Amino acid sequence: MKTDRLLPYFLILPTIIYLLIFVFAPLSKAVGLAFLTDEGRFTLGYFERMFSDGRFLEALKYTFLLTITIVPLQLITALLIALLINTRFKGSQLFLYICALPLGIADLAAGLILLSIFTQHGHLNSILYHLGFIEKPFYFISYQHMGFVFLSIVLAEHWRATAIVLVILVAGLQMISKDLLEAADVLGAKPWQKLWHVILPLLKPSLQSALIIRTIFALQMFAVVLALGGEIIPVLAGEAYFWYYIYRNNHISAAYALLLMVISILMTWIYLRFLRTRSEMRA
Amino acid sequence: MIERGSRRKALIYLAALMVALWVLVPILLIGLAAFSPKDEVYRWPKSIIPSHFSLETMEFFLRSYGVIPSLLNSIWVALLTLVLTLIIGAPAGYAVARFLFRGRESFRLGILLTRMFPTALLAIPLTTTFIRWGLYDTLFGVAFIHTAMALPFAVIIATGIFIGVPKELEEAAMVMGCSRLGAFMRVALPLALPGLAAVAMFTFVISWNEVFAAGILTVHNRTLPAHILTTLQASPLYFRFAGGFFMVIPALIFMFFIRRYLLHMWGATAER
Repeated sequence: MKTDRLLPYFLILPTIIYLLIFVFAPLSKAVGLAFLTDEGRFTLGYFERMFSDGRFLEALKYTFLLTITIVPLQLITALLIALLINTRFKGSQLFLYICALPLGIADLAAGLILLSIFTQHGHLNSILYHLGFIEKPFYFISYQHMGFVFLSIVLAEHWRATAIVLVILVAGLQMISKDLLEAADVLGAKPWQKLWHVILPLLKPSLQSALIIRTIFALQMFAVVLALGGEIIPVLAGEAYFWYYIYRNNHISAAYALLLMVISILMTWIYLRFLRTRSEMRA
Repeated sequence: MIERGSRRKALIYLAALMVALWVLVPILLIGLAAFSPKDEVYRWPKSIIPSHFSLETMEFFLRSYGVIPSLLNSIWVALLTLVLTLIIGAPAGYAVARFLFRGRESFRLGILLTRMFPTALLAIPLTTTFIRWGLYDTLFGVAFIHTAMALPFAVIIATGIFIGVPKELEEAAMVMGCSRLGAFMRVALPLALPGLAAVAMFTFVISWNEVFAAGILTVHNRTLPAHILTTLQASPLYFRFAGGFFMVIPALIFMFFIRRYLLHMWGATAER
């Protein structure tokens, strides 16, 4: 039975080798790019240049602002829709499928879709005109109206990526045992009490996963931002892209990428620390 | 009581309708933009429904320089990614689902960890590596990084799918004289096939949608999203809308096919 003991290792070996070559090797190389000059000397110069770059603070600010606006909004929306699906009304399966549709839609495409709504001669302006609110088109997407550009990005991400949170939460809700909910009913719990004291605590692992996944991806937001207003609103991932694509400086680009990873790990750690699930507490 | 029950029901349906409209209307709007005449985009005031149906915008998009080649590139890259991801990831998923082996939890944890790395962190260092290996600006290069991005998801989801295939069936086949491989090929694989097909489609969509790495690792051999992104500022609005619509189509088709597996797939990611 020796082969049987070794078999699982043979099966996971390709994955391990692949990830070593295409994930962990680039990772260590990125550290090298960010901290070593082309001649191989250690330097903090690339980070200094990144920090002192005129767009850096703006990019950092907007990345954070977008993330802390979008992620909670998605969590609340997804929770409400998940509870709606959980009432198991007739047609709720079709409804779930419709709500999950944006799961397959690219961030770039979502940005372009929202652009068609917010652009100068877009649907929103047309509707406002037909309702008699405006005479001439309003320039939502322009340097003069950063707030509207921000809003359109939030709406695009909210529209596109709430689906993944929803699917995770619906799966989580289905794992909650009916007995507990019935027990709560028997004990006379009101719906909001049931939600607050039974459903939400049991949903915590799902909420945590959804939060982590969404935060990591929201921090990397890039194509949506570019599609809606180009460089009007800078973000960290966008800066990493431009430093490579336009200025051909992969050192500073790598510094941005590393910073993004540090923030991602920090946020994940915070979620794991402050949203501990019960099994982790025991351990 | 009956009155209250039906009122509650009506409220539920109303809420569901609102949400469904919120999801569907933007897709409909981009579809309308893609199938209305080119100058409709700039018309003011615009009517909500375009004046007439027209293929002009789509035709312009498809005839624009670089669109068809990038479209074919996208399909090739996505197919390559799909094949690579399944060949590499499915066995790992099977191993995690079937065997209790030392290091299994570390392996699962490591897989989850790789999802935390930003795409930029992989793509930027890989440019120099790929130039050295002759993979820069090739479809294989893009497919390799897309595989790296899809693999963790594929392993996790495949694990969930193989857990759903009863172990006893395979054991029965082996008792009846099948080899381990034979039992897998004849019993486990056919049962897991629909689920694996869902993984494959999901992988295809990940690759089809990815734009950062594809944009950085190519110059001439762009995928469709990379092509749209790099020509974004220079292209007319109707080109962008047609492009946006075009990118959405496969997503809609695939979502239809994998709808049964949605909860299965994403439920698995929550069981960390």
